[in-house]
Amino acid sequence: MFAKLLNLISLWALPFILIVVLTMGLVKKVPLYEEFTEGAKDGFRVAVRIIPYLVAIIVGVSMLRASGAIDMLAHVMAPVLNKFNVPADTLPLMIVRSLSGSGALGIFSDIASNLGPDSYATKLAAVMVGSSETTFYVLAVYFGAVGISKIRYALIVGLLADLIGIIAAISVCNLMFA
Amino acid sequence: MNYIFYFLIVISIVIGALNGKLQDVINSVMSGAELSVKIAFSLIGIMAFWLGIMRIAEKSGLIKFIAKVIKPITKFLFNELPPDSPAIGDVAMNFTANAFGLANAATPFGIRAMEEMQKENKDKSSASNSMCLFLGMNTAGFQLIPATVIAVLVGIGYKNPTEIIAPTFLVTLISFISAIILAKLGQRFFKPQVVRQNKGDENNVRKAS
Repeated sequence: MFAKLLNLISLWALPFILIVVLTMGLVKKVPLYEEFTEGAKDGFRVAVRIIPYLVAIIVGVSMLRASGAIDMLAHVMAPVLNKFNVPADTLPLMIVRSLSGSGALGIFSDIASNLGPDSYATKLAAVMVGSSETTFYVLAVYFGAVGISKIRYALIVGLLADLIGIIAAISVCNLMFA
Repeated sequence: MNYIFYFLIVISIVIGALNGKLQDVINSVMSGAELSVKIAFSLIGIMAFWLGIMRIAEKSGLIKFIAKVIKPITKFLFNELPPDSPAIGDVAMNFTANAFGLANAATPFGIRAMEEMQKENKDKSSASNSMCLFLGMNTAGFQLIPATVIAVLVGIGYKNPTEIIAPTFLVTLISFISAIILAKLGQRFFKPQVVRQNKGDENNVRKAS
């Protein structure tokens, strides 16, 4: 019931925003077409401006994934995490989810189709992927758009919050599904 | 950022060589560079659309209205922005879009928010406290329904895929709140932005940052 309601809201969120904005604009006598195209001009400029930042981050992350470093790290961490009832298959996911969105989704689909709907690893992986945003990508896009190169504590905050999210996912899944 | 960039590339090459995957690492440079441009270009259309809509929302006074409604929260979180900053309306739109899983719509709002925060920023190459906080909140990935994950679960014949909504929401809420707390702590422990100014102004600037 609750989930159905949420789905309905998700479906209607965008149409609702569009109707409200355009109606409000018409009521306030805003020249809709002129202002829309004026604002839209910025789309190209912003997208082009983030390219150098995206290239730096995405090439770096792609190289790291191709090098096998993540599997090595997962291998090292395995004995520790086994104690907390964490399936080894989900280890690479914990690292990749901060680095690459498509990568995380790929690993999750892999776990889901190989281990099936009844396995604990599938459930844990689902919660981990669903509750994360790709920290490095967000950093590159948002800071790149305004030309920020000194990021101060932004990345540390993002990665620590990711770590807390992983611990929370493990604890919550242990309580609910184990 | 310099160290992170160095680390990503040099470590990848060294470990890739040790693993005998050096060729894969080299190939990934090409594919990664191509992917970045693909992502940026795929953003152009949707970005143009939402920036256009947002311009109408701004001209009609809607953004100002939203900013006013959520002022109590934003005043506490983004205490360094002027209370009537257009960034606040954009932040609100960004989180609404994110909460409903509309990542494509959320990005243009977020970028606009960043641009508005940049106007208030004293050192244009360095992230302000507000920017770090906003970024932290965004990287936590707060959303109500993990639509893509549910789609994958449905695909493998998971009987009751909606059962992951509650735990996912709880986890994302925890990391969202921790991101806010961590960012607020970070601004206390990290040195403030260095600003070149006349000596007389320096104390005021220090306090403000």
